[in-house]
Amino acid sequence: MTAIRAVLMRDLRLAWRSPQESLTVIGFFVLAALLFPFGVGPEPQLLARIASGVIWTMALLAALLSFERLFQFDHEDGTLDLILLAPAPLETTVLAKCLAHWLTTGVPLIAASPVAAIMLNLPTDGIPVLLAALLLGTPSLSLIGGIGAALTLGARRGGVLLPILVMPLYVPVIVFGVAAVEASLAGLTARPHLLLLAAILAGTIPVAAIAGAAALRQSAE
Amino acid sequence: MATPMTPPRATLSARGLACLRGGRLVFRGLDLDLAGGEALTLRGPNGSGKSSLLRLLAGLLRPSEGQILWNGATIDADRDAHRARVAYLGMADALKPSFTVAENIAFHAAIRGAGEAAARQALTVVGLAPLADMPARRLSQGQRRRTALARLAASDATLWLLDEPTLALDDAAIAMLGRMLGVHLQTGGMAVVATHVDLPVASAGTIDFGAAR
Repeated sequence: MTAIRAVLMRDLRLAWRSPQESLTVIGFFVLAALLFPFGVGPEPQLLARIASGVIWTMALLAALLSFERLFQFDHEDGTLDLILLAPAPLETTVLAKCLAHWLTTGVPLIAASPVAAIMLNLPTDGIPVLLAALLLGTPSLSLIGGIGAALTLGARRGGVLLPILVMPLYVPVIVFGVAAVEASLAGLTARPHLLLLAAILAGTIPVAAIAGAAALRQSAE
Repeated sequence: MATPMTPPRATLSARGLACLRGGRLVFRGLDLDLAGGEALTLRGPNGSGKSSLLRLLAGLLRPSEGQILWNGATIDADRDAHRARVAYLGMADALKPSFTVAENIAFHAAIRGAGEAAARQALTVVGLAPLADMPARRLSQGQRRRTALARLAASDATLWLLDEPTLALDDAAIAMLGRMLGVHLQTGGMAVVATHVDLPVASAGTIDFGAAR
């Protein structure tokens, strides 16, 4: 338990001391969302119609920016060898890394999403559901990205490979994340979609732990 | 050699080890035997397999042939137990530039389940107490290496696997490493050290990778 807390606290502290990483992700997210009114035109109805999809897609792309470095630094400076040799189970260490990633990029993305929502003219009724959906969906993005980061570790051009590997796995999260917001705007309940997002998260946790740990062990070979 | 503190002398042995890296056979048919209180020196030119052997013994690599035995049982039988008894010092110092010396040591102690007290004591052992609050990015190469050595002092591992531990160290620091190794061996520990310089501790044997090939 100490080991897991140590990894989590270290990653949070590292992110706190060099916040440019998180700021880049947030900056990209807000600016990319801001580009849409220029691209598709400033018509309010059209923007409102596409807002939830744009916010989800941009959140996903912004998160992709940060995954390459999730294990990269630890791999390069030799820390990963020592994490692999630590007596704590590697699976839980991987989860701790993903949790730290979510806290340093997912949570700021959620915090910035109302800004993007207002810029894109998403009806304010939809914002609470958008926040709930992001709260349930972004941890899955961090976990799936963690698998991709572990798999592409040490691969040449891993940065190019990673999005290709990870993006198809994001489709269910996007589908239900957008559907939740659409449902609430149409006056229907968002509950089933939110439950599905929660189910995806529950399923992703063990998969990411096991696959991520296996990939990291392989990377030391 | 063993003090009353320690259990019966542990043994590490390898039988017929072969190591294949990137399709190239690094070595094969390697045997070694080591008991508690003994150190083994690895010598040989760059790329001859010293680091690979250390990574095999640590369990980071799997041998393509042969077995590594701890007290006669293969280390594959209980990987968790093996990880707990190994302290590995690689070529890289594993330091975070934005962390202070003390924070770096405390992190590595914590992931091995050691407490703050062990980390603080290790800082004194390697003579870095005055630099405790210095960010690692401002350290010299030798000071970085000392910080990495503090990991060993903070751990209670039986088997030390050291890859060029004297890298960038000055004479005083090499003598300090010698003292650390001396204490470790006296308390029933064992060490496998890849090095190009003579360490100031008695070595139970040497594997020369230059001659083996």
